[in-house]
Amino acid sequence: MSATVAAPVPRSEATGTERRPSAPRRRSGRTVILALFGYLIAIVFLLPYAEMVITALRPAKELSDRGYVPKHWDFSNFTSIWKTGFGDNLKVSLQVAGGATLVVLLVALPAAYYTARHRFRGRGLFLLLVLVTQMFQPAAMLVGIQREFLSFDLPSPTLSLILVNAGFNLAFAVWILNAYFSSIPVELEEAAMVDGTGRLGAMGRITLPLALPGIVTAVIFTFIAAWNEFIVALTLTSEPSQRPLTVAIHNYIGQYSVDWGHLFAGSVIATIPVIVLFAVIEGKIVGGLTAGSIK
Amino acid sequence: MPARKGTAARVTRAAAPLLWLGPAIALVGVVVIWPVVVLFRTSLQHFTPNGFLIGSAGMDNFRALFDEPDLRGILLRTVAWVVVVVAVTMLLSLALAQLFNQRFPGRRVARWALIAPWAASVVMTSLVFRWALDSNSGVVNVFLHDLGLVKFGSNEADWLGRPFSAFVWMMIVAVFVSLPFSTYALLAGLQTIPPELHEAARVDGASPWRSYRSITLPLLRPAFLVAALINVINVFNSFPIIWEMTGGGPGHETSTTTVFMYQLKQAYIGESAAMSVINFLLVIIVVLVFLKATRWKDQVN
Repeated sequence: MSATVAAPVPRSEATGTERRPSAPRRRSGRTVILALFGYLIAIVFLLPYAEMVITALRPAKELSDRGYVPKHWDFSNFTSIWKTGFGDNLKVSLQVAGGATLVVLLVALPAAYYTARHRFRGRGLFLLLVLVTQMFQPAAMLVGIQREFLSFDLPSPTLSLILVNAGFNLAFAVWILNAYFSSIPVELEEAAMVDGTGRLGAMGRITLPLALPGIVTAVIFTFIAAWNEFIVALTLTSEPSQRPLTVAIHNYIGQYSVDWGHLFAGSVIATIPVIVLFAVIEGKIVGGLTAGSIK
Repeated sequence: MPARKGTAARVTRAAAPLLWLGPAIALVGVVVIWPVVVLFRTSLQHFTPNGFLIGSAGMDNFRALFDEPDLRGILLRTVAWVVVVVAVTMLLSLALAQLFNQRFPGRRVARWALIAPWAASVVMTSLVFRWALDSNSGVVNVFLHDLGLVKFGSNEADWLGRPFSAFVWMMIVAVFVSLPFSTYALLAGLQTIPPELHEAARVDGASPWRSYRSITLPLLRPAFLVAALINVINVFNSFPIIWEMTGGGPGHETSTTTVFMYQLKQAYIGESAAMSVINFLLVIIVVLVFLKATRWKDQVN
């Protein structure tokens, strides 16, 4: 690709030394402007979440005040919310996201490993299936999901939600893990096998640790997607105590009034840890997306 | 004996992929593929409003759907929703990716902030915007009031009460939550461009803008197309933003086809399934047209 863009240019010493004196000064002025723009955009992106926290900390009687920040800060929403059944919903969210992540790992790891290491009949077909299902979203087939799981009649909607979230996030996990496994030289595994470790031993001691960045990325992406999933949870749950947080948050929206304090206290609890979790893998996202799109 | 051993080995070899891939195929088959079958079947069935199946409906559900007086507006609105949100998102992402690809102190922290709307639940982000647009005390109106632009409690301050302004605000939220992914996809694309190319262009005397247009943009094409395609699918299927901010109302005046499908589902399962079938086919058509229009094959090869 690069060949079509520019022919190699002979670099003369003169051009190199000529530009040197003026470059640092100009670059520092440019850096300041870039940084200012960067911080400004960062602030804009955080504003809605700042407003979420501010409203959660606003005393109920200051909710209709027209100030950017409350006159008094009140943490009571964060203590009283546990008396509204919020704990049950938090538990459901943890079960759904944790369960879906576990299922995705158990199912995606062998599939991704095998397709990365072996050429077999149907490999292309399998990867095509993965690619195509990545474009399917639950919202486009909601009625089908609802009627299918109605007929399954599973003992709890949490199980249904674990399955649905695992199914719809599997493709991405297979894709990214496949890319990571492919990038690990087979020779490393073979060397370990020559040293007397079995195939599974080589996998456990060599391949999995090397693929760990990919596994962490897949885990966090799946967890967050399942944690934030809304339309299926809204459709498959009816008991208030069996609803995950994205749906349960609507318990604070009444017919005539909204309990914004509790709603946003709950949102803060549901959102901020996830933003932090995502920030932890920020550095890996670019690599993950590159691997995902190149394959 | 050896022959039998041979066939046994061959059978195991043929079955090995199934052992490793089987669970994945089963999960996707049951959770992702089978609902499509159920969906198509449901669209041809007749249900009572409380969900009892009472027989075949032929094409009645589709007929009822096409007779909906609001359908035309909903379809046009859906096109506007997808085109505007994706176009604005991709344009802004190009600028953001360019900015966050430059080195400056604190870039890492700024990138963490950029990620927030991606990590946060869209439901909760939308609810913050709904609250911030409250006509009496929403922080957006407080800000605009301080600038002297709106009066509290006035018609102008009631952004979500009027279909057009509500739809514009929901588009803004949709762009806001789509930006992080698109920007990161483009950042990933930018990292695949060798810096020597820009170096060479500069030595040749090309202006930064020229270098951006002739080197960065063409080489960014694959990443841009992938990001745009994923955005088209996501934005088309987007439900929480409209559901939380207006519920699709007043009437169906701010509904897209996805929201309309959900509204129908409350009482008309068959008709909702028909809407869903059309949504599903639309996604597939859009994806195919997109792949063709962008000469996807050439890109991959």
